Amino acid sequence: MRVRLLDIAHARSGDKGDTANVGILALRPEWYEVLDQYVTRDRVAAHFTGLITGDVIRFALPNLGALNFLLHGALDGGGTLSLKTDAQGKVVSTALLRMVIDVPDDVATRLRLPAAPAAAPSGPRQSVR
Amino acid sequence: MSTPRIVRVASGQGFWGDWLEAPRRQVTGGPVDYLMLDYLAEVTMSILQKQKERDPTLGYARDFLGAVESVLPAITDRGVRVVANAGGVNPQACAAAVRGLATDHGASAGVRIGVVLGDDLLPRLDALLAAGHPLANMETGEPLASVRDRVLSANAYLGSTPIVEALTRGANIVITGRSTDTALTMAPLRHEFGWAADDYDRLAAGIVAGHIIECGAQCSGGNCLYDWRDIPDLGEVGYPIVEVAADGTFVVTKHPHTGGRVSTQSVAEQLVYEMGDPHSYITPDVIADFTTIRLAADGADRVRVHGIKGRPATDSLKVSVAYRAGYKAVGTLVYAWPDAVEKAQAADRVLRERLDRLGLHFDRVLTEFVGAGATHGALAGPPSPDLPEVQLRIGVRGSSRRDVERFTREIAPLVLNGPPSVTGFAGGRPKVEEVVAYWPALIDKRVVQPTVEMQ
Repeated sequence: MRVRLLDIAHARSGDKGDTANVGILALRPEWYEVLDQYVTRDRVAAHFTGLITGDVIRFALPNLGALNFLLHGALDGGGTLSLKTDAQGKVVSTALLRMVIDVPDDVATRLRLPAAPAAAPSGPRQSVR
Repeated sequence: MSTPRIVRVASGQGFWGDWLEAPRRQVTGGPVDYLMLDYLAEVTMSILQKQKERDPTLGYARDFLGAVESVLPAITDRGVRVVANAGGVNPQACAAAVRGLATDHGASAGVRIGVVLGDDLLPRLDALLAAGHPLANMETGEPLASVRDRVLSANAYLGSTPIVEALTRGANIVITGRSTDTALTMAPLRHEFGWAADDYDRLAAGIVAGHIIECGAQCSGGNCLYDWRDIPDLGEVGYPIVEVAADGTFVVTKHPHTGGRVSTQSVAEQLVYEMGDPHSYITPDVIADFTTIRLAADGADRVRVHGIKGRPATDSLKVSVAYRAGYKAVGTLVYAWPDAVEKAQAADRVLRERLDRLGLHFDRVLTEFVGAGATHGALAGPPSPDLPEVQLRIGVRGSSRRDVERFTREIAPLVLNGPPSVTGFAGGRPKVEEVVAYWPALIDKRVVQPTVEMQ
């Protein structure tokens, strides 16, 4: 089943220099395993292809039901150098929540995951597992 | 049996520019022991340094004076103590201004100001470089020498120790320069509970408490995505308070009858804000492990936080250097339906052609179409051809002030000599801004000796 992160997670993002950090948090504790298993470093790097110039680093915080991603080269130089509207990466969080992942039907049924709206695009690349 | 002692630290400002009402509401809405006010972001120091160059009595966050004025009775009559990094690059001038304010209000006798000094490395910069401290950029590895002649300010991030000293010496207003944001919350806790310098778990708990409240209402319902439609009454949002016990466990809450919401979700969103490696949240006081934090709902607008582990701090302090890095300007125009995006794209092409013909040199030219994917790029998909309007936003950055200035004069002509259905230029010519860039570095802790001056 196709699942959109917006429907199973919330998020907040911020900056450190030219790096944006995005923390995503499961809306329900039992949905963290879906984030942990399917929102991989590679999948996030593919999602942001063309939007960032550097690496993606991923950290897990099972205690908060959260993942933290560092997106290097995301902010056009960052801080005061950046010419972007979102120079401090404040809404990069919502860009990640656009991601649609493929979850096996039995897992989706067991966890009562909401299906992605039909119109939601699957993103630039399919999930790398 | 007496109830365990609780210390309440309230957050009243999350940055310079935050809600002016918040400090007063924090000291009048219910019991608090300490009010912490965080004014300094990465680039704030450089702005303050420029102000100090123009006028040696400036260089601090002037909003702080209004905040002190609004809470003065709580300080002098009820014993609330204020800890703020409002001193910027001129903590002594800040202290003098606060003293003047207290005198004007006939309250000077009740105000004891502690000033934390020693973070300012600018006067020592050449000596430090000569003594073999390269202050290399933490991101690029480049030595500071390469931008030395353009440096505006250089400040070490100080930890909680000098603030604790000021509190111990009786200060009821502590003014610091570049202290870490978390130190402003940590210091009152160390002062009250006497946590030892090697009590890493409790110190880490103090850091986590500080991180949660250092951005003001951002942990109590502000900028909270979770359930945002149903977060009540942001118009009267309550700023956060931590109620901390001697063992380092604490509850995040806010005053009764205020808006917003404190929930495990609102607190968790703030915990991941500006997070790097969660295993190592490095501060001058301790390294906190954010993967050990436990959150539990503890009644309405109350979240209990416990389980936090810490380990010894590193031998370095972070240094924030600000240096001049050229000029920039951003111009905008709004294009309307029909074909709003196409018109804005055409205008962008015309403008870039003219900039090229003029032979202007920029390090960077960036075009965005606000309303059509400026923040999410290609992830937003192609913009609808039916958009009612879109804002063309074009920015340039470069070393030549003259070239950036010339760019600002090329926006308005497009209104009459570019693509049609254009509006939204009432703001006039864009302003040329000097870019002051941020250079993060590390320095050996031993060469930075903070001092406290009581006034």
